[in-house]
Amino acid sequence: MSPFKDAGHLFRLAAIFLAGVLAFVVIRSFIVPRSFGQYGHYRGNAIAEIAARPIRFAGHQTCETCHIDVLEKKKSGKHAQVNCEACHGALARHADDPSFDPGKPDTAVLCVRCHAASAAKPKGFPQVEAAEHSGGLACQTCHQPHNPVFNAGAAQ
Amino acid sequence: MKITRRQLLILLPAAAAAWESVLAGTPETSPNYKMTDHWWGMLIDIPKCIGCGNCVRACQAENDVPDGFFRTWVERYHVTDWKLANPDVISPDGAKEGFPAATQDEGKYFFVPKLCNQCADSPCVQVCPVGATFVTPDGVVLVDATYCLGCAYCVQACPYGCRYIHPQKRVADKCTLCYHRITKGLTTACCEACPTGARQLVDLKNPKDPIHEFLKTHSVQVLKPQLATGAKVFYNELDGSVR
Repeated sequence: MSPFKDAGHLFRLAAIFLAGVLAFVVIRSFIVPRSFGQYGHYRGNAIAEIAARPIRFAGHQTCETCHIDVLEKKKSGKHAQVNCEACHGALARHADDPSFDPGKPDTAVLCVRCHAASAAKPKGFPQVEAAEHSGGLACQTCHQPHNPVFNAGAAQ
Repeated sequence: MKITRRQLLILLPAAAAAWESVLAGTPETSPNYKMTDHWWGMLIDIPKCIGCGNCVRACQAENDVPDGFFRTWVERYHVTDWKLANPDVISPDGAKEGFPAATQDEGKYFFVPKLCNQCADSPCVQVCPVGATFVTPDGVVLVDATYCLGCAYCVQACPYGCRYIHPQKRVADKCTLCYHRITKGLTTACCEACPTGARQLVDLKNPKDPIHEFLKTHSVQVLKPQLATGAKVFYNELDGSVR
């Protein structure tokens, strides 16, 4: 007597189960991104996508390839370590297309951002009460921003 | 060419694996950049920070951070006398426009710039139910915006409050340590814009990085070390009142 007699319902069940497993594997292979699991439990290509975003700040090395004169001026002064875009803002657009003129920052707004007197700032950091220090004059009347010693050539 | 059934059965899985790797492709990375050669972090030198807010503005300009949300922000602490457990902390609009002048001279003031700590064992990564946030092989915690559901588990899990749900995209957003810049050999936007050098991008796998000498010779801490998150934003001369 065959051991498979009256076992047809078991084979049908097994077939349905196998079909289910197959459907799961096929559907999964379509909906899980290909690079998932490449480096860990995430989509590996996401890293390259994030890295490919465009930059807005060109970086001071880029500025210095053209503006060597400014670099020379800055080098000996107190602002030697201040990067160009700390004051001039994000200028990758200007680096890509030098005909784009970013304009000059307004020293009345710019300088006090760092140098306005406040008891909270480190004691050694140069600070002024802008109103009484300049009497309303623009900072660059007396200070050349790239090398801010008093009256160092001033205004340009 | 004749293949027996046995040979076919052996070849099929191998062919499937090969086809899989062909479909996955190799993502485009910057030339000369090898992820395994870097382990990124940041050094924040508290005594150098003047609270100008340049980093906050630079971050918003570089990364299109929506108004009222911050990938980095600056806090001003005011600790009077012995009240170390109860400092006055302000951060008006994340210090985007700096701070109002402090006139009261008593006690001590200092500024604490904050950002994602790029934890090596990050709680935010552990709670993500779909694998949308992860630590890259070079140690940066990123969000895959196309995969994120916006469930905000990670926003709650971050012990440093560094994540938010982007109001338009409806997905989690955070500091990427300017991943699109550091992989091109540039520094982050906040470090580029910091006028005093209070923030420095560091590469812990680069033996020539000055961070190694700095860590040896200074009193450096991370935020909430008791949580063992593997934070990689190092604070020089961090006061005990900072939380």
